[in-house]
Amino acid sequence: MTNPSTPVRPEEPKLRAEGVSKGLWHHARALRDALGFPPRLLGANGVVWVLALIAAPLAAQNQDLGQRPPPEGAVVETEEEGLSGSVSFEGNLEDLGIAIPAFATDRDAATPANTGGTGALGVELARVITGDLRNNGLFKPTGPDSLPRPAYAEIAAPNYPTWGNRGADMLVQGYVRAQGDGRLAVGCYLYDTKLNTQLARQGWLVGASEWRRAAHKCADLVYSRLSGESPFFDSRIAYIAETGPKNARIKRLAIMDSDGANHRFITSGRATALTPRYSPDYKRLSYLSYVDGNPRIYVYDIGTGRQTLVTQSRNPTFAPRWSPDGRYLLYSMAVAGNTDIYRVPASGGQSTRLTNGPGIDIGGSYSPDGSRIVFESDRSGAQQCYVMDADGGNQRRISFGGGRCATPEWSPRGDQIAFTRIAGDFNVAVMSPSGQNVRALTNGWQDEAPTWAPNGRIIQFFRSSRGARGDAQLWQVDLTGRNERRLNTPVGASDPAWGPILP
Amino acid sequence: MTKNALALLAATATLALGACAKKAPEQLPPAPVETGTAPTETPTDSVSGPGTQEHFATAVGAPNTTVYFDTDMYDIDAEDAAKLQTQARYFAQYSNVNFTVEGHADERGTREYNLALGERRANAAKNYLVSLGIPAERIRTVSYGKERPVALGSDEGSWAQNRRAATVVID
Repeated sequence: MTNPSTPVRPEEPKLRAEGVSKGLWHHARALRDALGFPPRLLGANGVVWVLALIAAPLAAQNQDLGQRPPPEGAVVETEEEGLSGSVSFEGNLEDLGIAIPAFATDRDAATPANTGGTGALGVELARVITGDLRNNGLFKPTGPDSLPRPAYAEIAAPNYPTWGNRGADMLVQGYVRAQGDGRLAVGCYLYDTKLNTQLARQGWLVGASEWRRAAHKCADLVYSRLSGESPFFDSRIAYIAETGPKNARIKRLAIMDSDGANHRFITSGRATALTPRYSPDYKRLSYLSYVDGNPRIYVYDIGTGRQTLVTQSRNPTFAPRWSPDGRYLLYSMAVAGNTDIYRVPASGGQSTRLTNGPGIDIGGSYSPDGSRIVFESDRSGAQQCYVMDADGGNQRRISFGGGRCATPEWSPRGDQIAFTRIAGDFNVAVMSPSGQNVRALTNGWQDEAPTWAPNGRIIQFFRSSRGARGDAQLWQVDLTGRNERRLNTPVGASDPAWGPILP
Repeated sequence: MTKNALALLAATATLALGACAKKAPEQLPPAPVETGTAPTETPTDSVSGPGTQEHFATAVGAPNTTVYFDTDMYDIDAEDAAKLQTQARYFAQYSNVNFTVEGHADERGTREYNLALGERRANAAKNYLVSLGIPAERIRTVSYGKERPVALGSDEGSWAQNRRAATVVID
């Protein structure tokens, strides 16, 4: 995995697309290395977008648009299209016919991303996009395996009647091209086949090993444009992989993309690992490990493999949580059996105690602006949820409904708090930040530890089965509670922690 | 002395403490060295020596190595107190043996809370042993939350067995 770092800054376009002024992301090397663009695209639209800028006929005037190339592996983004046209479809999104044919390629070039070259990769890209859109429950897309494959020249100028006749309301087309530097240029277009208009388009330059990110970005573009919601597919999940019998279970830290791809075990399983959390920049993972025999929170640097204790103390530490800006970590520490919540700078240093009482105060989740923390405490006699200011002040209970309130997680949108509602069984529920409007979203025997999608519309959690088997699996549900599905993981799974949109 | 004799001795010691065990914990402890007969060290070929779990469990009786708790509770009741007094006599006798109290919870709590709850239970047992005169430095605590059940069912009987603080002597 490469580490996308500093994003390239947008620059004012030197060329105007028809009636559209938008920022462009690009750099000199891309321009130099770029291959020709289908003439028809240029003929039809004049200048299309960033990759049209690199068409040979325009090369001369593009040279002064150069910027420093981004670090290897970085994703270069175009800014999202500023079109504000309406969508013709007005029914339920799930009834929307979305056709996602194979992405075209200008020429079938070798790429490390696929042994079949960019042609085969174009099919895979469309499959990944189809899987993303199908699995979130909102859409029923048709993927490339049952669709004709558009030619490269059709990508920016679709054959609308063909798709309209097939019953498609929406059409997602795209292309993939091998760049001279080994990277891939991927373009993504969304069309309304009833209005015969383009709704959105975007393009990315990705390292070959990160080709799936371009597909997720495309799925995000389509999802956002059609649903009006923020994107979430281009993100990762940390979780605990579980194998072995219930009384001797092996628990390993693992990570994967939001669709389960690029799965990787981080720990060997010799020491029990629990409750991971990605840092907001994805460079570090905090989690609990029994590696020295005691439960303690460590911060694992993914780039270097180095691991450090969250605090130099012999006391057990639990429940790591990052602040939204990544500058602080919350952890919970038991001193003489009593657990309270502390905050420590992520770079190390002095800890600040935020709660101070005889009850178990544990966990904690920041509001998106970092000003408040929702946490769990049994100071009233049973687990309930409380909110405090980020400095520990103004602590007040917010959960007063039936049952207990555990593992609260503040939505990235700020409008909801998800929690484990314990009322006999465990359910995943949401409530407003003031504790109002409690809604149970799931109905399992033991559904625990919600984590939010980056856009605050979907919640993942783990579901344990009853009895001696007692295995755990990752599930997700949307805020309607209707679209629930199990995630595929190689082995049993618990403690999902969904990171933000990848930088 | 045989294994059976050791077990008998431990059982007798427990019985002798029956009266004390009914009292509230804060009215305890009796000094362990003043009460009953402590097991004596008599190594044989068939029993591991002091400092092993086998020796400890044989001396105090296996049921006395573990105390149990009600749901979400961590108080030491009379039955727990009697068991811990038996343990305390052993550790007073073998004053060079350090040990660990492992705190556990049943599966009916969330993972993180149960880690804190297990720590609380281990410390409750430890504090009681300290009140009986066992130096705190000799007692390590560790919580496994709900991660290490001994009973695998999802029923009240299994959960009751899993809400526990187990004293272990690590070789």
